[in-house]
Amino acid sequence: MAGRWKNDLTYNDVTPEAVFLNRRQLIAGAAAAGVAGTIASPAMAEELVPNSFEDITNYCNFYEFGTGKDDPARYASALTTQPWSIEIDGMVDNPGTYSFEQVMDGMTVEERIYRFRCVEAWSMVVPWNGFELADLLEKVGVQSGAKYVAFETAYRPDEMRGVAFPVLDWPYREGLRLDEAMHPLTMVATGLYGKPMPNQNGAPIRLVVPWKYGFKSIKSIVRITLTDEEPFASWNQANPREYGFYSNVNPNVDHPRWSQATERVIGGGLFAKRQPTLMFNGYEDEVASLYEGMDLTTFI
Amino acid sequence: MTLTDTINGAARRLPAWPIYIVGLIPAGGLFYLGLTGGLGPEPVKVLEHEYGLIALQLLLAGLVISPLRKYSKVNLLKFRRAIGVLSFIYVTLHLLVWLVLDVQIVSEIIKDIYKRPYITIGMVGFLVMLPLALTSNNWSVRKLGAATWRRLHQLTYVAVILGAAHFVMLSKGFQLEPLLYLAAALGLVALRVKWNRRPVPQNG
Repeated sequence: MAGRWKNDLTYNDVTPEAVFLNRRQLIAGAAAAGVAGTIASPAMAEELVPNSFEDITNYCNFYEFGTGKDDPARYASALTTQPWSIEIDGMVDNPGTYSFEQVMDGMTVEERIYRFRCVEAWSMVVPWNGFELADLLEKVGVQSGAKYVAFETAYRPDEMRGVAFPVLDWPYREGLRLDEAMHPLTMVATGLYGKPMPNQNGAPIRLVVPWKYGFKSIKSIVRITLTDEEPFASWNQANPREYGFYSNVNPNVDHPRWSQATERVIGGGLFAKRQPTLMFNGYEDEVASLYEGMDLTTFI
Repeated sequence: MTLTDTINGAARRLPAWPIYIVGLIPAGGLFYLGLTGGLGPEPVKVLEHEYGLIALQLLLAGLVISPLRKYSKVNLLKFRRAIGVLSFIYVTLHLLVWLVLDVQIVSEIIKDIYKRPYITIGMVGFLVMLPLALTSNNWSVRKLGAATWRRLHQLTYVAVILGAAHFVMLSKGFQLEPLLYLAAALGLVALRVKWNRRPVPQNG
């Protein structure tokens, strides 16, 4: 069942691009004049202005194509996204290799404008198109006893120039607890700005978990596995002290190398003010209950 | 006439001051690009990174000059001061971008300096370079005496290693580029070490 979560914004807020530019200038102008704060909060959702398509598609972390922010935009075109299939296995009733079309069958594609907060302390607002992961999991049938969902990104040395060097233990892998995966905010995105997902943003199909640091939102998924054990997560494995399995956005818990209390909003130019980071990236009301009783300074 | 003679002849005729002017063009150019969108959607990080990288490259370039003279007889010594001073200017710009445009908040800056080892190391590197920049003039050489001045300026070895370590430590994941810079820094410093020439006893 789609539509479990209602967007604060409608697609009318997204187009046309010229309008955002104007609005953004207006907001920037107001901030510069000290007239009004530009701190986004759920209550002030109308101030949540999506970044331009240009920003979103030219400032990416997709290390399979290089560690530079512009590397994915430059080199991800080499990725073949048609045909595409996803292996769905583990503790599911209907395991198998699902083509992209089979995955999409029966899914309701919605537009959702989410905050996106990178662990590197920058943020964007992205208008995604996609469906709820819960719908897909219900379609394949999650067996009782499954506690986690593991995801894996495509690994194609011929198409991904960045995997030639072991920046991470390829293929890139991530995981969620089952209740996180089933949460209505968790979506599988297949596009942004109403266009098919650009390769550099994780074409053709990726995860979006808006209350977690961006690296949890794994791109170009080829495998989904239901399991009863906490799955391997690439960054967590590379440096567990810096990248926890949960990696919920939390302004009170610093990354060992930098503060997470504030963030730099992409697209603001050289003189943009940092903005306070919100607990669970502003989705506290929706997701805090998932972590009740957990010490979030320990379970990072 | 050999190539070395040609280079040395040209170096003798050319003044050192244009190095400052040419060397500062990237500083202004990058800032202009940052203002006009030429550095992508997030210009602050790019500017910060580029200024830091140029500073490290100039430090390494300055350290190449004396081995170059020793091993190939190419003498570019007269340009070394300009290269060193430029490196300090870029380190200062890198620090200013970090302070003013990136972190912005004074309490966070102070916290970062003592809490984050890579920032602590970067700050120490800057402080080490400060006396070197201040004494990069003939008056200081005379005042301190050549021997003392030279000893003081051996701090460059410390600065370049700190700079390269700072680069390695701030990288995410396992990346090649910063490691190559660290290897270059260690290699250039190793060339200065007076190794014990006594023969090493062979095993077996």
